[in-house]
Amino acid sequence: MTTTPTTHLTDTQTQALLLKLTVLADDEIILAHRNGEWTGHAPILEEDIALANIAQDELGHAGLYLSLAQTLGGSDPDRVAFWRGPDDYLNTRLVELPKGDWAFTMVRQFLYDTFEALWLEAATRSTYAPLAEVAAKAVREEKFHVQHTALWVERLALGTPESERRTRAALTELWPHAAQLFQPVEGEADLTAAGILPDLNAVHARWTDLVTRHLVDKCGLTLPDAPTTQPGRDTHTHHLAPLLEEMQSVARQHPDAEVW
Amino acid sequence: MAEGGRQKAERPAPSAISIQPSAVWDALTSVPDPEIPVVSITDMGMVRDVTVGDDGRVTVTFTPTFSGCPALHVIRDSIEQAVRGLGVTDVEVRSTLTPPWTTDWINDDARERLRQYGIAPPAPTGEGQLIQLDAEPTRCPRCGSLNVRMTASFGPTLCKRMYVCDTCREPFEGFKSV
Repeated sequence: MTTTPTTHLTDTQTQALLLKLTVLADDEIILAHRNGEWTGHAPILEEDIALANIAQDELGHAGLYLSLAQTLGGSDPDRVAFWRGPDDYLNTRLVELPKGDWAFTMVRQFLYDTFEALWLEAATRSTYAPLAEVAAKAVREEKFHVQHTALWVERLALGTPESERRTRAALTELWPHAAQLFQPVEGEADLTAAGILPDLNAVHARWTDLVTRHLVDKCGLTLPDAPTTQPGRDTHTHHLAPLLEEMQSVARQHPDAEVW
Repeated sequence: MAEGGRQKAERPAPSAISIQPSAVWDALTSVPDPEIPVVSITDMGMVRDVTVGDDGRVTVTFTPTFSGCPALHVIRDSIEQAVRGLGVTDVEVRSTLTPPWTTDWINDDARERLRQYGIAPPAPTGEGQLIQLDAEPTRCPRCGSLNVRMTASFGPTLCKRMYVCDTCREPFEGFKSV
């Protein structure tokens, strides 16, 4: 319906973009699963519903990324999600850590949501039209996640001494892992130069500015030091394997099921 | 409903009913939104295009409201059924993400029906402030007051939030402005 100019991808670019789309989808799938673990356990009913809604959106985004990958020659989205093991998943350690307490969940979601919203906003300007379209769709949903989790982090940080203590502890544990969101995949520099992917450094700068204004200026928290180097996305904690085992159990028990 | 001899009509009959796109649009106005039955999918602006090919094939293009909307397959099936109800045998339902759905496409009549149903219609979307941390102002659908509080930013469906009106004391749902 609209005609956005589409960059023609070389084979090398296609491979790099496939990898990037997988990385993005993996973060969404794993985080959605962690959020889903709160269903029936959140502090209040409204939050139970909110996290289920957020998880549903994140899975929707993963579906968009994986469909895009499929049209580029990737495999069926269901197979990617349910038939790869921990050695093949490329999510960050940030999203696979156990759900922890409510402060941990909200701080993680805030760090992730702000990254996702800013990355998507930049990706709406991709010269690869199918990605620009997906980003334009997803960013409209992501803004609600950011609004929601930003408010929760503020409420917890400025709440009781106990909620403040837990929020600080969560930030200390999560902050080093958040830096991993800004690790480029192999071949990403070429895609960025071609305008196909957002410049991760620019997104990182905007992210740091936004989260600092919120966490430090508004919520009175202190940012821990981020590590200068850390292992890549193929290195996981021992928490990922049991998560996948649970998430994939139905698909693996009924490999021929068409609807479940 | 099934008429005798329908099975052997593999190729389109020469005298296939030629249907006008406007008739298809009319039929689609009666397809309700699966989650908010007082409005239809055309009221919501979800139907983007209807074409009728020379061979009689009807193609309906729609756009999802939210990417993770669990009712997508219901909407797809309902569209197909509505078009088949016109006697069309060859129906294709396509989805598109471009341009992305916005609540600005909900028509005025539907906004009023939403309000009467107790759901505050969405405020106009302001472009250029996608990443903002504050929610848009919302009016109570019952008494019209702006003296309202959001009690949950995620309601029973992806598209709604929960509010309480501090003037008339009623809780209500509000459509998110997307």
